[in-house]
Amino acid sequence: MDFQLMAESVVPLLHGMLKTFQLVTISLSIGFCLAIGLALLRVSRQPVVSGAARVYIFVIRGTPLLVQLFLIYYGLGQVEWLRHSIFWVVLREPFWCAVIALIINTTAYGAEIIRGGLQSVSWGEKEAARSFGMSGFLLFRRIVFPIAIRQALPAYGNEVILMVKATSLASTVTVMEMTGVSNAIIADTYRPLEVFLIAGALYLLLNFILINIVRWIERRLSGHLRQPVEAKS
Amino acid sequence: MLLATVMTLILSVGAFSLGLVLGALGAALKRARLNVVRWLTEAFTTAARGIPELLIIYLLFFGGSSGIMFVAKIFGYNGYIEINALMIGIVAVGVVQGAYQTEVFRGAVDAVPKGQIEAARAAGMSDLLMFRRILVPQVLRLALPGLGNCCVSAMKETALVSIVGMVEIMRQAHIGAGSTRHPFLFYGLAAALFLALTSFSGAGFRKLEIWARRGERS
Repeated sequence: MDFQLMAESVVPLLHGMLKTFQLVTISLSIGFCLAIGLALLRVSRQPVVSGAARVYIFVIRGTPLLVQLFLIYYGLGQVEWLRHSIFWVVLREPFWCAVIALIINTTAYGAEIIRGGLQSVSWGEKEAARSFGMSGFLLFRRIVFPIAIRQALPAYGNEVILMVKATSLASTVTVMEMTGVSNAIIADTYRPLEVFLIAGALYLLLNFILINIVRWIERRLSGHLRQPVEAKS
Repeated sequence: MLLATVMTLILSVGAFSLGLVLGALGAALKRARLNVVRWLTEAFTTAARGIPELLIIYLLFFGGSSGIMFVAKIFGYNGYIEINALMIGIVAVGVVQGAYQTEVFRGAVDAVPKGQIEAARAAGMSDLLMFRRILVPQVLRLALPGLGNCCVSAMKETALVSIVGMVEIMRQAHIGAGSTRHPFLFYGLAAALFLALTSFSGAGFRKLEIWARRGERS
């Protein structure tokens, strides 16, 4: 064990961790919103709309993220008119290519999770809301969405961890996030175990923090299920 | 490309099988009487499910040979041992699979009603007989949907082994895209091949599930 190397690699790895964190938060916050939209399309009564959403989810979930990332990073760069368009400002940056790939990926997985939540909303609750005169967006905003999100959150917590792990692929397109930094240090020093231990611990720490944020939101949203605290006299 | 597809299949099947062995073992260890054993298994599944596969592949790729040689030295062998990328790929993906499958098996074991175990004991079955007649058939049936998901994710994770030079679908596509300058064509083909593999295995597991549930009341 080379403890000095371990101590020295902490600071660069923390820099990488910041990049990992940025990748996760940007792609999850955009991906979550898109996933809600896609889940709504997926449960749509129009067969064309729900079919298209189904195909998108099937293709994205059936192919490795690495393929999707390479298609965007290497593939889109070959398209001539894209290189001269305004999108090139974003697409020439490996960081944003990784973010786009992650968003595309998490949208498909997230949509399936949220669809499960949407379908768990019971008919009775929707009927009750309708009989109160709610319909359309009001019904969705007040009744369906809060119940669905509460149901979907535990599963979404798993998706958050999968996303943290998925960000490591960004290192294959030269983004120096935590795995990229680890790989560079390992290639320099040839001490894989030491670097792995530190980087692994940092990944677990990041997961731990994110999963506790999800649990905190979950607890806040399910206040009605908790036992009431007895008032002390 | 065909040869590469076969390689991906070998990798996936190898990793999935290793995962089955580790998963069954892990689920058994999670019910061990010794606290330490349970904690260690818990630590393993938490770590293996929380650390990116790519990092694990790097560890095994750069540290695998020296690790094996270190162990060999203890047993008195001083030569140079090199393990090939296929072994590293199978072990790396298989270890992660093992952690996920441990959870699948644990859930399935927990889902077997306690009364059945008691009934088996009351009928005078020994541990081994009960395991064989009562536990295994039910756990396998209950674990099938989870195992199907694991199999699909194992196939997708094998793409990561391309990073360390293993020539499977992804690596072959990378080489093709680099030399012909048609990345869309080659990565698109790779995506189609993976899609075919995953949907094929998904359909297979669904068939298997229907077959395994044929005795269930619906």
